[in-house]
Amino acid sequence: MHEWALAEAVISAASGAAEKEGFREVTEVRIRVGELQQIEQDVLMFALQQIKKAKLESAEFKIEEARARMKCRACGHTWIFNKKKLDESVVEAIHFVPEVAHAYVKCPKCGSPDFEVVEGRGVWLLSVKGVK
Amino acid sequence: MVDPRTSIVNERLKGIRRIIAVSGGKGGVGKSLFASTFALILARKGFRVGLFDLDFTSPSTHTILGVQDLRPREEKGIIPPQFQGFEYMSIIYYSGDHATPLRGADVSNALIELLSIVRWGKLDYLILDMPPGIGDATLDLIRLVERIEFLIVTTPSQLAFETVKRLAGLLQTMRIRVIGVVENMKFAHSDTIRRETKTLGLAFIGEIPFDTGIEETIGKTDKLLDTAFAEKVKQLTLKI
Repeated sequence: MHEWALAEAVISAASGAAEKEGFREVTEVRIRVGELQQIEQDVLMFALQQIKKAKLESAEFKIEEARARMKCRACGHTWIFNKKKLDESVVEAIHFVPEVAHAYVKCPKCGSPDFEVVEGRGVWLLSVKGVK
Repeated sequence: MVDPRTSIVNERLKGIRRIIAVSGGKGGVGKSLFASTFALILARKGFRVGLFDLDFTSPSTHTILGVQDLRPREEKGIIPPQFQGFEYMSIIYYSGDHATPLRGADVSNALIELLSIVRWGKLDYLILDMPPGIGDATLDLIRLVERIEFLIVTTPSQLAFETVKRLAGLLQTMRIRVIGVVENMKFAHSDTIRRETKTLGLAFIGEIPFDTGIEETIGKTDKLLDTAFAEKVKQLTLKI
């Protein structure tokens, strides 16, 4: 239930955004989840529903996933992350701290561990809609 | 797009009385050894302590302490395992012995991730073992952790102290509390570091003589606590 901790962060950030915008009530929260972190969307949604409060009480949460795209800094090759090529323990480690991918994943073209996660790393708050 | 993690960091740390970053301008001055020994001593004194190794690319506190086969528990986040009476957190739980080359943005991301998902207990002290210098980890802590305090470790070397001046200058500019400076590996009588520390407007916490036997205690906490080094750290603890 590491997703629970991330859900708490989303609720905290969305509450802050609602406060800043002067919303009386939040109607929609859009979240982007990066594929690299292998977040279980059902678990994240369950946690969001459990801990939403105050102005977020009746908010609808929309979660979208972004593919994890890497770009090698050594040779410039770009590729899509494929967890099937990794051990389960490695996938789990990346789930908790995506940056440890640099310990296990190499550029498929030149073998360098010096790559950039161009897209699809973690959890992002995309937008918060509400009524004033 | 907003990164939601940063908004939860201080909530995660609210049960901790003091958050002390053991820092220094250069590598090899004894930050990790000091931080590990400091955590052990505080825990043996009965304080509730956490030790968090933030040197992600070159973690070493697990080697100093002989940490093996520990894993954090997953429960609405990450619960650090207990080691020798304190809560211990390190990236090695996830990276193992593998080289983990991280650029600045990656260090920053890993730090924010762990600060936002690790659930520390109610602690008197959280000791942070910092990477050297004034890079991303230092800047992120200053930016994100409201009650951060810095303890600076140096050696008698003028080279090390030149980098202390830069670190202290940054912290003073950012109005961050600096507990003071510890002079480690002292091998000759000289009060240069003491004098220069005071010139910077910082407290000189004390000096630790060079301990030739320290290398043999690596990985053995009982032996480490028996050293003249640990005895001196114990004395300095009273001033921190």
